[in-house]
Amino acid sequence: MSMPPKIACVEIGGIPVSLSTNHQRFFDLLLGRYEGFLSASRPEFALEFEIIVEGTASDEDVRVRREGPHWLLERGDFSARWDPRTGTGSVRQNANPYSLDSVLRILHSLILAERGGFLLHAASAICDGRAYLFSGVSGAGKTTMTRLAPADVTLLTDEISYVRPNNVRPNHVYPEVGIDAYRAFGTPFAGELAKAGENCSAAIAGLFFLEQGPENRADELSSAEAVRRLMRNILFFAEDPGLIEKLLATACDFVARVPVRRLTFYPDARVWDEVRHFDGVKEGMPAHV
Amino acid sequence: MSETYIARSSAIAARMLAGEMMVMNSADSTFFTLNEVATAIWQAADGHTPLREIVRERICGEFEIDPEQAQTDAEQFVAELSSHGILLVSDHPLPPEAPR
Repeated sequence: MSMPPKIACVEIGGIPVSLSTNHQRFFDLLLGRYEGFLSASRPEFALEFEIIVEGTASDEDVRVRREGPHWLLERGDFSARWDPRTGTGSVRQNANPYSLDSVLRILHSLILAERGGFLLHAASAICDGRAYLFSGVSGAGKTTMTRLAPADVTLLTDEISYVRPNNVRPNHVYPEVGIDAYRAFGTPFAGELAKAGENCSAAIAGLFFLEQGPENRADELSSAEAVRRLMRNILFFAEDPGLIEKLLATACDFVARVPVRRLTFYPDARVWDEVRHFDGVKEGMPAHV
Repeated sequence: MSETYIARSSAIAARMLAGEMMVMNSADSTFFTLNEVATAIWQAADGHTPLREIVRERICGEFEIDPEQAQTDAEQFVAELSSHGILLVSDHPLPPEAPR
């Protein structure tokens, strides 16, 4: 008689996903990896894991494509089938944490695309109750910004930021444009810092595209440039026109509601003074302080 | 003289924001921001209106541009977007944009 699968519910970005497996070591691994994100919530989605071979994560590019109503996710170290209609899927993968992270990131990126959110190559943190995102190419300073953060700043992630529209008031027309339109959530997806973010969230008060320079300054970006940079840094894996259409619509909405700046910064702790005093004022948008 | 017909590819996403049209190809993630004139051409790219007529009616009719210059600029714009798979170009009418 086979043993019933072991099940853990991992809630990232307020979206509980049940992960089930018969593989004890893999189950222990996921409990440890997502320790701060385990949840007693009723799962909205479910993934069954079949562990096939031992091994390491693959450097191959991931392929995400539609096959009828399903999404197929494939890389050297995993293959998965996801049915968005039922919210269920099955995964065959190596028992290593990097494959698991990749599958979860792709799954969340697909779920978020349908809900007007996205995963972003960005560090994010909460300062004085407001979330700030720091995006940029590798080496731009995402991890540096998190290392320079004062003690009262809460790290959400140094690598992959989780952004959702604030659905507390669905279809609400925000009179205070930019305030609480989107929230950033902590994620367990760590970069160079090798440390999971805190499992909490806050309204996003600003998105900064990082560039290192001789001084600290935040400069306006045109809407088109802001959208261009945002789209360049959103994680999406599928070459699917419908998905891109949704993400572009989301990016335009985000840029219209949230202050987006180019942040040139000298890498020392004073840059956080610039962030802390950022008021996010732009035309038609009230200050946040 | 043969005519040129242009149609928007179904593999692209487009969005107007703050008066600017942004166009993105889902296949290679190339991203373009179109100016006012280019946006007018883009919006008129229905597959069955000849480019020459689009330039005459939608560009010269609405913008103060020399007709010859407008035609040359339009052909360059169409060639560039076509090279990125964002516009389809043909010497005969094209079917309407495929539904997604």
